[in-house]
Amino acid sequence: MLLWSLVGLPVLAGAALALARPGATRAAVPAGVLVAAAIAVLAVAASVTRPVASAPLLAGIRAELAVDGLSAAMVLTVAGALLAVLLVAAGEPELRTGRFVGLMLIFAGAMLGTVTAVTLAPLLMAWEVMGATSWALIGYHHRDTDAARAASTAFLTTRTGDLGLYLAAGAALAGGVGSLALAELPAARGGWLHVVAAGIVLAALGKSAQLPFSFWLSGAMRGPSPVSALLHSATMVAAGAYLLLRLAPLLGASGWAGPLVAWVGAATALLLGLVAVAQSDLKQLLAASTCAQIGFMVLAAGVGGSSAGVLQLIAHAATKSLLFLAAGAWLVALGTKRLGGLAGAARRFPLVGAAFTVGALSLAGLPPLGLWVAKDTVLAAALQRSVALYAVGLAGAVVAAVYSVRALWFVWQPAAGPVEPAASAAPAEVLEQRPTGQVAPVVAPVLLVLAVGAAGAGLLVFGSGVLAPSPAPASWELVVSALVAFAAAGLAWRRGARIPAPAAWLGWLGLEQAAHRLLVRPTLALAGVLARVDDRVLDRGVDAAARATVRAARGLDRRGEGAVDGAVRGLADGARVLGRWARRPQTGQLHQYYAQASVGFALLAALAVVLIVVR
Amino acid sequence: MLSLIVFAPAVVALVLAFLPATTPARVFVGAWIATGLVQLALVVAVWTAMPAVGYGFVERRAWIPSAGISYHLGVDGLSLPLLALTVVVFTATAVFAWRETRRPKAYVTLFLALQAVCCGLFVALDLILFFLFFDLSIVFMYFVIAGWGAGARARAAALKFFLYTFLGSLALLLGFILLFLAAEPHTFDIPTLVAANPLAAGGPYAGLTLLAIGVGLAIKTPTVPFHTWLPPAHTEAPATGSAVLAGVLLKMGTYGFVRIAMPILPASWRQFALAVVIVGVVSVIWGALVALAQTDLKRMIAYTSVNHMGYVLLGVGAAGLVAGSDEQARQLATTGAVTQMVSHGLITGALFLLAGSLHERGHTYQLAAYGGLAARTPRFAGLFAVAAFASLGLPGFSGFIAEFQIFTGALGAAPIPTALAVTGILLTAGLFLLAMQKLLLGPVRIPDAPGSPRPFGDLHPSETIPIAALLALATVIGLAPRFLLDLIEPASRALNELVTR
Repeated sequence: MLLWSLVGLPVLAGAALALARPGATRAAVPAGVLVAAAIAVLAVAASVTRPVASAPLLAGIRAELAVDGLSAAMVLTVAGALLAVLLVAAGEPELRTGRFVGLMLIFAGAMLGTVTAVTLAPLLMAWEVMGATSWALIGYHHRDTDAARAASTAFLTTRTGDLGLYLAAGAALAGGVGSLALAELPAARGGWLHVVAAGIVLAALGKSAQLPFSFWLSGAMRGPSPVSALLHSATMVAAGAYLLLRLAPLLGASGWAGPLVAWVGAATALLLGLVAVAQSDLKQLLAASTCAQIGFMVLAAGVGGSSAGVLQLIAHAATKSLLFLAAGAWLVALGTKRLGGLAGAARRFPLVGAAFTVGALSLAGLPPLGLWVAKDTVLAAALQRSVALYAVGLAGAVVAAVYSVRALWFVWQPAAGPVEPAASAAPAEVLEQRPTGQVAPVVAPVLLVLAVGAAGAGLLVFGSGVLAPSPAPASWELVVSALVAFAAAGLAWRRGARIPAPAAWLGWLGLEQAAHRLLVRPTLALAGVLARVDDRVLDRGVDAAARATVRAARGLDRRGEGAVDGAVRGLADGARVLGRWARRPQTGQLHQYYAQASVGFALLAALAVVLIVVR
Repeated sequence: MLSLIVFAPAVVALVLAFLPATTPARVFVGAWIATGLVQLALVVAVWTAMPAVGYGFVERRAWIPSAGISYHLGVDGLSLPLLALTVVVFTATAVFAWRETRRPKAYVTLFLALQAVCCGLFVALDLILFFLFFDLSIVFMYFVIAGWGAGARARAAALKFFLYTFLGSLALLLGFILLFLAAEPHTFDIPTLVAANPLAAGGPYAGLTLLAIGVGLAIKTPTVPFHTWLPPAHTEAPATGSAVLAGVLLKMGTYGFVRIAMPILPASWRQFALAVVIVGVVSVIWGALVALAQTDLKRMIAYTSVNHMGYVLLGVGAAGLVAGSDEQARQLATTGAVTQMVSHGLITGALFLLAGSLHERGHTYQLAAYGGLAARTPRFAGLFAVAAFASLGLPGFSGFIAEFQIFTGALGAAPIPTALAVTGILLTAGLFLLAMQKLLLGPVRIPDAPGSPRPFGDLHPSETIPIAALLALATVIGLAPRFLLDLIEPASRALNELVTR
């Protein structure tokens, strides 16, 4: 019951809020925060009592939820992030609607369902609902056409990955895992095991915005910042990494999936890190860094370092929600998220600036902050498998230090001029929205709490159970990563704005264009061709058959009917002619009758003579 | 009991026929709604009293004994969901018709007659009775499209619909006669034919029979390449007609597969199952791609019907691929196919009603004529978004429950066709997102009448209630499907046993 309410409460409350009349807006925020607080309580209770819930769903397939060590960590992370984000979102007047709060709650319910599901069917259900709420939240400002397009791109890209889960479910059944239980998937028979593994990997990489799917996260930044803080840092994008961590035994059983996943993660950590370095927009920078940081989790899953992955996930969740929320607060206050436009932002709003600094330094991997420890446990696990993986991962860490410090450098610049809310102070095209000039009072305390979390997440490494790292990073590894992070950070601070930004990196490696050119446009072209075939061949064919029938009928009418009718008419005409002939002797004049009779008798007599003679 | 359900609308129609045509429209529509609600209550009563296996509420009377034809009614887990769907869709349509003012007497009596015929088809247990209802549905729907559609184009579309589906029904009749001749003693009785399994040996005669029945049902379903009557019929029909056509009449084709083709011709079904699967997958992909290319909302929804019915064929076809699949997989595939029929009826019915509301306000179905309706008409936008997500198979709605079962059940038996069919859900996602982007999001754009802007209000309660009710039912099935699956599963298990024998 506890588990059902943990998932059901946010979904039902969210649906009620989203469907409520627009007039009931004022109650939406308090109600949402209240529900989020209740969820947090439920999450704590669930992580302590470790409940299991099960209900029949389909023939032989049950919907089962359970909380184990991994799920407990996820449930607490989700509940904490939800509460923090809803509190901060209350500071934005445009987001104080039932629709926004309701969708955020439905999303949270779906995420909680995803991380507690232990069979594939409920996992897939929750997984896809997350995607749909993400669509609605990215496109929240429904007059913004670009946001709508970005929302569609995000949904379609992640759903492309989701097809993998559908295939995995069918393959699991075909492979003899009729219950679709996650724990039994590695036991799938024969070739089906590989289909299951491939499907899961595809879905996870799509959801987690790993290469080559990363581009959707760039567009998703059109959505409100609190959405990014919840969905695109702590929860939804982390779900893919979570799934891979949960199914590490499956990756191992397949043989090939582990190394593949590890290399994709490492490559994403490095390449998307470089993309982040090139960005000129704070949210874009954070988004690319999210891909890169999740790359470390994926890397951990691929090399079997589950605890390292979880640690990275928690530390990143606190860090990145904090950074996104700070970016959102500045966007509201200053009207821009361009790095250039944010010069001096940290000086102007020192509390937010301090929290942002802690987050950015953690993201940079500087000791003793959370992500430093987390990343090193991941790298330690990678080193166990392959030195090359370790080297790529370390390069990713260097890049992380560069982009984090670069963002920091901008916000601590002495402001070039008076940064006033007056729209005239800055050229119109620089501002993305009307600045309010202030940060809502609720923001700073929440950010500071998150900053404490981001700084202290590394302490979890001393935890037990699912968090106890194996292998623990050696001390020389910690020192090496600290040194390279400091060196890179120092360099980045000195270079500041002069770090080069090549166009390919700025444009997220052109992945979206490639997807358009290779998939979207051919599909649309094919659709157009088929639609024309449908209209011009199939439909016209049917029409032509109908017309041919009518034509044949007309032809038959003209020719066949004429012939038959003509024959009948001919017969009648013949009869009439004969009749006319027969009428001719009947003149009514007696002498002519005598003449006819005499001729007749003469003929008869002649006939008789002929007959007698012949006989 | 079943006779009562079937003939109640006919009796009401007969009574209404004696009222003067000047009677207020609300009297006719009110009587229609009341009939639907009474039927609904009766169906619920039937549902609660269903036997665990086999047919319930059987009625049988001699009709033309010399030809082996009887008046034979009964329901099981395959037909009761569809009977319930029929009543629900018609009742929702009746509520939606509350503000109809064009010749209400003829309109309501025609729909009531159609309602009776549709209910009759799903409870008929005799081939000739089935055929009779099948053909009458075509006749009544012809008059709905021709009489309440828009002008000359509607009459052409109605004629095409009539002739094409009538041709299909003739193929069906040919198949029925072939079955009749094969059975010893000759009979048209469905349970008797199922038990006798007259063409158990297969062979060309049986194959030909299946072909005749299959083509007849495929035209009605419709599957590619027999689907071209559907888009014009939908586009020209009034909203209520489209909802009934998509929600109920299309199911007659797919229902025929599970009621007649599969259990009476199991050997041929197994032999040609792969062909059925392929037709299904082609319909899935073709329907989705062509829908993606449409610029007209109603034509787009019509093509998604082709796509959704393709999943049904994939499911029933995979159930015939006995080698290479286990019992659970076939069970899922068949149950999913029946669930898909119900789900599609609810969701597409709602979508067509929404399209009708849009047309009433903007007088066009062109997607490009609209924009930003989320700001102007939030209720319409909300319901449309829910219906679109339900139609693209989002979990939480009935479509997912159906499609997930079909995919999961079919993949083992037909891996490549199923993998191709799965991409259909991506294509439908794309086309619905595109449609929502155009219709609901961005700056507000409304087709103006020359000179003055039209009033463009949000949905009336008489529109909101039926659409919301259909979608609510789809959501209930999506979240708590057991009440429906508990009914379907025993019947689909029995059906699979019949197919594998």
